[in-house]
Amino acid sequence: MIEAITGIKDSEQEYFINMGPQHPSTHGVLRLVVNLEGEIVKSLVPHCGYIHRGIEKMCEKDTYQQVIHLTDRLDYLSAHINNEAVCLLVENALEVEVSDRIKYIRTIMAELNRIASHQLWWAAFGMDMGALTTFFYGLRDREYILNIFEQTTGGRLLQSYNRPGGLMNDIHPDFVKKIKEFIVHFRKKLPEYDELLTGNVIFHNRTRNIGTLTRENAINYGVTGPSGRASNFACDVRKKYPYSAYDKVDFKEILFTEGDSLARYQVRVAEMWESMKILEQLVDGIPEGPFMMKMKPVIKLPVGEYYQRVEAARGEFGVYVISTGEKNPYRVKFRSPGLANLSTLNHLSPNVKIADLVAIMGSLDLVIPDIDR
Amino acid sequence: MTGIVEYIKDVFGALKSLWTGMKVTGYYFVHPKEIVTEQYPENRETLKMFDRFKGELTMPHNEKNEHKCTSCGICEMNCPNGSIEVISKFETIDGKKKKMLDTYIYHLEMCTFCDLCVKTCPSSAIEFAQTFEHAVWDRSELTKKLNKQDSVCSKDIKE
Repeated sequence: MIEAITGIKDSEQEYFINMGPQHPSTHGVLRLVVNLEGEIVKSLVPHCGYIHRGIEKMCEKDTYQQVIHLTDRLDYLSAHINNEAVCLLVENALEVEVSDRIKYIRTIMAELNRIASHQLWWAAFGMDMGALTTFFYGLRDREYILNIFEQTTGGRLLQSYNRPGGLMNDIHPDFVKKIKEFIVHFRKKLPEYDELLTGNVIFHNRTRNIGTLTRENAINYGVTGPSGRASNFACDVRKKYPYSAYDKVDFKEILFTEGDSLARYQVRVAEMWESMKILEQLVDGIPEGPFMMKMKPVIKLPVGEYYQRVEAARGEFGVYVISTGEKNPYRVKFRSPGLANLSTLNHLSPNVKIADLVAIMGSLDLVIPDIDR
Repeated sequence: MTGIVEYIKDVFGALKSLWTGMKVTGYYFVHPKEIVTEQYPENRETLKMFDRFKGELTMPHNEKNEHKCTSCGICEMNCPNGSIEVISKFETIDGKKKKMLDTYIYHLEMCTFCDLCVKTCPSSAIEFAQTFEHAVWDRSELTKKLNKQDSVCSKDIKE
């Protein structure tokens, strides 16, 4: 017996550990069964389903107005953008043209939501790398956006502000003023982000050439959003299939060629600058008009299949609905960016250290309720 | 030789990058006024939520103990998760049978604050209050009766 144990060399010892479901760096209840050799990851198997709530099934019993509040709870950091996807789907199916005011406000809200999401991501990514300071700095600036949301929509994180055919309320009188204040404030504070993390030598060593994703693999795995654009995969839905007011604004699609964790970081920081540019272009010229179009109280989509995609903060978010002409959908399927991004993890992780695995996961920006639904 | 120069350059570049980061944190260390944390339980008196903040559902009553609810049940129908139960009673006023509100039950524990009930109410009988401290000792306390004792609908009085 003793001979059998001592006969195994250290290099041959492979073992499995559970990372999660209660692990701070998985940002939720994701369980990774990691096959380790010493400290080096050999392979891993993600186990999803710890926060599965059956949202797609719940949508089948709801009317189209009620579906909205469930989409908040998918990717809660881009709640407004998810709402918009369902609203656009219903409006396109019914061929309702919403007023320019609605389009402008939706776009402004979506961009604010994107900045808020990236701020929280930046904060949490620094924390994953061991820099707790960034967490407070990121949340300090995010507070401005949450206050804007709260004042206009009544909700901080889950706004449920969109509804098929328009918006819940008109914007608050202070809305424009507050956004301008935020832009002035955040243009001053965003360079601090660069000083704290982007140039930092420890951060560079932790992220450069870690988890490199090539362009082919990004396309093969369906990685979209900032993670895909870091691999030079031009996948911005806002550019390719403009919706709402994105065809009226001028912005750059951020592309990096490296494809490593550092590039994924740089894309998101650059996107915050771009989002502020979009805000500046729109915020002054919000046209007059109704904030809610005339809709029937009971919405029934014509028989058929519908798909609508939007650019959420983590990538392409799609809603697929089959309607049989009833007041509730026959089948709803959400294409969540998180699940596709998670699927690359097994491809990216072999032969990295377990601390690098945290860096890769952080840079992919996974939100677990988005993956499990 | 170039290797050594590169090495020294790297060391100094690394030190500089750490110094720029430390400058930011150092700035906030000597400028405590720019720190924005709120001392929450201490600032209860001054803490005011925005008007549209969705705290909990309430039914406003006027000074004559009248509310506006006609017990139509549209809010109950529109609620996605069954947080609202409208129990109505039938009373005869001037020989006519009339539907009136008996009990308006609101389950705060199930509410997702989607605002659909308030937006669809045809008589603006309910609205969201700005309270947010909802912690209670027992779950049953979260089930609330919104209409007050012996209150009546203001529309029934006029007729």
